[in-house]
Amino acid sequence: MNAVFARPRAMTEQKTHYCPGCTHGIIHRMVAEVIDELGIREDTVGVAPVGCAVFLYNYLDIDMQESAHGRAPAVATGIKRVLPDRIVFTYQGDGDLASIGTAEIIHAAARGENITTVFVNNAIYGMTGGQMAPTTLPGQFTSTSKAGRNTQSAGFPIRVSEMLATLEGATYISRVSVHNPAHVIRAKKALLKAFTVQKQGLGFSMVEVLSTCPTNWGLKPTEALAWLEEKMIPYYPLDEVKNRLEV
Amino acid sequence: MRTLMKGNEAIGEAAVRAGCRCFFGYPITPQNEIPEYLSGRLPEAGGVFLQAESEIAAINMVFGAAGAGARVMTSSSGPGISLKQEGISFLAGAELPCVIVNIMRGGPGLGSIQPGQADYFQATRGGGHGDYRTIVLAPCSVQEMVDFTYWAFELADRYRSPVLVLADGVLGQLMEPVTLPPELKPDNGNKPWATTGCRGRKRNVIKSLYLNPEELEAHNKKLQEKFGLMQREVNRAEKYRVEDAETVLVAFGISARISMAAVEAVREEGIKAGLLRPITLWPFPEGILQSSLPKAKKVLVVEMSAGQMVEDVKLTVSGKLPVYFYGRTGGLLPSAEEIQTQIKLLEVKVSERSLCQA
Repeated sequence: MNAVFARPRAMTEQKTHYCPGCTHGIIHRMVAEVIDELGIREDTVGVAPVGCAVFLYNYLDIDMQESAHGRAPAVATGIKRVLPDRIVFTYQGDGDLASIGTAEIIHAAARGENITTVFVNNAIYGMTGGQMAPTTLPGQFTSTSKAGRNTQSAGFPIRVSEMLATLEGATYISRVSVHNPAHVIRAKKALLKAFTVQKQGLGFSMVEVLSTCPTNWGLKPTEALAWLEEKMIPYYPLDEVKNRLEV
Repeated sequence: MRTLMKGNEAIGEAAVRAGCRCFFGYPITPQNEIPEYLSGRLPEAGGVFLQAESEIAAINMVFGAAGAGARVMTSSSGPGISLKQEGISFLAGAELPCVIVNIMRGGPGLGSIQPGQADYFQATRGGGHGDYRTIVLAPCSVQEMVDFTYWAFELADRYRSPVLVLADGVLGQLMEPVTLPPELKPDNGNKPWATTGCRGRKRNVIKSLYLNPEELEAHNKKLQEKFGLMQREVNRAEKYRVEDAETVLVAFGISARISMAAVEAVREEGIKAGLLRPITLWPFPEGILQSSLPKAKKVLVVEMSAGQMVEDVKLTVSGKLPVYFYGRTGGLLPSAEEIQTQIKLLEVKVSERSLCQA
């Protein structure tokens, strides 16, 4: 009998700690599949963020470091400069990457640091209990924007992919979503490209993945998927934002 | 062979000779000659020099490189070291070895770019959040800048811990002849815990998060045992004419050099003074200080701060002798003459003293 579906080699048997309907699990699995497909499990070092995905190292059967909040691109830089022939990636949420770690991600991209970043954007702080994030949409309700994000006082959400795409050092940047199977397949292809860019030594690569947080959005899992499609995608258009070398 | 070197450059060369091939830093006065020197020397030696976007990024690059098994160093001064504290706490929590150099300047805040010693508390109390300590080495000459940088790498690897070299702007800028140590081969081996890709072994995870309270307490106990081991094994201080001294000065770094001149001068006048110079500021050399007071009637602590190490001296002396303090701040150095005056004031009857007991 042929196996048609199995746990990727790069995944452990850890049971999920994520909330029902959270899409981190899908993204974790895609990263593991890409690692398997490129045959790089024993050559990869991952960097976990601060946030819900800090436990990434419980799920991936690879060498990993846990970073301080927002500093994953700096930590990854340290690893990659010491071990230039290894594959080094960061996995970061929007609070981690687009708020407290803004400087680190911009400069890693500007240096053309040959690392890959998986940027999971769910427009909210998940682990701390649903506070406003730099990516929270105008009018979106959070525990620190109870009347909805007021752009007069809280400003506007940041489109990180477009911002980083202006940097010469950024080689490949793509924004994808995981709200339905067709988009999951596209997201996987983008991740494969991003890791391939690094494997070929071509510079900085990042995939922004629009993701759900049903618990903190106050929605059922299915409603959360619909909210992502209806509200997030218009503000964060899905696109291969930059493919400098036509990978 | 003796070579004439500036303190900061000597630190850079000593690091390379200790097998360090990795430096991440950010410009700040008065330590700029360290990154400037290494920006040429490290690439030449096949190593990595990277000027980071910030002090915070630099210390986190150190974290990544240390976790990947490299001998790695960063350097800065007061304000920059404050920014690095987050990273130093994470390095201590994750038990990663590295060397951090602080060429101290005047504080608080932006303070000045002149020399100071007021980062003593920050250096010897851990500096960042959580229960941890780092070994702190205090050189007082360019030769010691070399020797202690070299030694710091060895200690960092032995204890899997960040080690601080705490000097000041005078020592950083000072030019003196030095003998350089032999060049060690860069050796990133024998670190089975490093994250290098899990070829032929189980995966390694470097982390400092333990959400389970029992696990975190066990981790803390393990760290505290290590700090206890450091306290037993790493104690160094220099004694100078303390055997018969009735007034024992305690000073470190450049203050100790000036204090030594003051001791010599008052000895000429028949005053029995001596000096104890702590070299390891943490662990504080309590035993060595206690054994330096056989004839002591009083202790005078001299620092370029408003009084920080004096607290450790008082804890060590434990009320058995009066402990006095003399300090200068603002980037000013205490002169040998000023210190002589302070020593002589202590000779005067207590009631007539203008000097405050610390």
